[in-house]
Amino acid sequence: MHKARHSPLNSIAAHGALILWTVIALFPVVVILINSFKTRQAIFREPLALPTGESFSMIGYQTVMKQGDFFLYFQNSMIVTVVSLFLILLFGAMAAFALSEYRFKGNTLMGLYLALGIMIPIRIGTVAILQMMVATGLVNTLTALILVYTAQGLPLAVFILSEFMRQVSDDLKNAGRIDGMSEYAIFFKLVLPLVRPAMATVAVFNMIPIWNDLWFPLILAPSEATKTLTLGSQVFIGQFVTDWNAVLSALSLAILPVLVLYVIFSRQLIRGITSGAVK
Amino acid sequence: MTALSLEKINKSFGDVHVLKDINLTVEPGEFVVFVGPSGCGKSTLLRTIAGLEDASSGTIRIGGKEVTQTPPAKRGIAMVFQSYALYPHLDVTGNMTLGLKQAGETKAVIDERIGVAAKMLSLEAYLKRRPAELSGGQRQRVAIGRAIVRKPELFLFDEPLSNLDAALRMATRVEIARLHRELGASMIYVTHDQTEAMTLADRIVVLRDGRIEQVGSPMELYNDPDNQFVAGFLGAPSMNFLPSEAGGTLGIRPEHLTISATGTLPGTVTHVERLGGDTNLLVETAQGILTVRLFGQHPEKVGDKVVLGYDPGHVYRFDKDGKRLR
Repeated sequence: MHKARHSPLNSIAAHGALILWTVIALFPVVVILINSFKTRQAIFREPLALPTGESFSMIGYQTVMKQGDFFLYFQNSMIVTVVSLFLILLFGAMAAFALSEYRFKGNTLMGLYLALGIMIPIRIGTVAILQMMVATGLVNTLTALILVYTAQGLPLAVFILSEFMRQVSDDLKNAGRIDGMSEYAIFFKLVLPLVRPAMATVAVFNMIPIWNDLWFPLILAPSEATKTLTLGSQVFIGQFVTDWNAVLSALSLAILPVLVLYVIFSRQLIRGITSGAVK
Repeated sequence: MTALSLEKINKSFGDVHVLKDINLTVEPGEFVVFVGPSGCGKSTLLRTIAGLEDASSGTIRIGGKEVTQTPPAKRGIAMVFQSYALYPHLDVTGNMTLGLKQAGETKAVIDERIGVAAKMLSLEAYLKRRPAELSGGQRQRVAIGRAIVRKPELFLFDEPLSNLDAALRMATRVEIARLHRELGASMIYVTHDQTEAMTLADRIVVLRDGRIEQVGSPMELYNDPDNQFVAGFLGAPSMNFLPSEAGGTLGIRPEHLTISATGTLPGTVTHVERLGGDTNLLVETAQGILTVRLFGQHPEKVGDKVVLGYDPGHVYRFDKDGKRLR
């Protein structure tokens, strides 16, 4: 479209940089994937080689399927991630709407307070959180993890979403008010669809750390019934012996659901019916 | 029964006093235009009437009913916004019917009203399109249609033509005037454009710094302004102001200045605007730069020495505070 203004050299340089970045980013993932299909000796002899007829082995996946309750771990991770994301988006968007839409005393202060969480790592409060969970009897439940992840994700969600919601046209919200829509209807039917790309961004930002987290599952919910995938995979890593086939296979499998969620959200990122809303 | 009455409306945002003691009545079927420079409070006044802002004090009545505390949807008003504010995820029909659906109207009523409105605005062919698939002028018509189907007591327009280009603006202006005649509804229209105000209004309300400066028909305001602000705001090119010997100001409309050998204001032409029908001259005199509007085409060019004269009967006198001396 803009051929006249871009020299082919620029184009090549840009693509070169992008390809280089892609290779660097994908390298560890590819290494994990190819080695998960190789025998133990082959992994150590030639870590970068593709599996051949001789070195190909499904032993890792077989171990993973046999050992422990892998599908339960999967399910736990999925429940924790999806429910946390849902709560982060719902409450984050609601708080952001209130902050950006309504004038009230302490609005700025409240915004700052909510943003403070971005700067303070939640893990500092682990001991207190554990005490709270013990006191409320939530230790070894998925609820404990969901609560913690929701609290962890909200500050950034509120921060990003309130910025985007400020950009939604006031006229549009007022038109809704004149047409008799309630504030809830304006929020759910007018504003949320317009900030959908921002919601997807927040979802993606929060999804990966929650899915990959080892810290809180280990401390708050280490029981067999509530183990998440990341925690479950740790059984293959021992102090003296590590079953690398199984670890790599477990990691490969763990990538898949995140990939699916990411594809869903990134479609939202791209699709925008917002154009033509105003002007 | 009046369409709208405002009694002592005040509005403050924190320490900023935006509207000061506004009193106004609008008769049924009247087209009233609020005009004033930006920041004069005209949009805030409109939003207060709509119920999108609460008045700090005062009483608002629409169609005889007090609505000061009533939410916007129940005030019997409809509003057309500068940015159109169409719902992006709904098609034209959806945009126009949302308010009726919220109000719980039956499908028969909705279908009938949308048919009438679509016909009136020539929107029949576009009813299934989304706002993104419409041109600016079509979007504006949908926004007007959304107001019409509600059959409001009072239409509110917030600078509805500002986003249109010049040709479309003229056409839409005529369209709005036609709608006003056909519907016979009361309308309030906010603009900063004095041409829109003069051409559309039954009565113009001139606002400055949150106060009503003067209310009257376009020609009343043009011919008989109460103060220097109103005199200078209406009319294009705007009125010339000269210092008077008494310490006040003299105002002369550009069309009342003439080039005449017997005149009293000698000067040099510094700029000429030839519009075909009119010729505007900027003339530098000892009293400052004056605008002269001559009808027809004239040969004067930059650098020419001219002498300007005027009919003393067409001079407005203002005191030091800008008040008209009659």
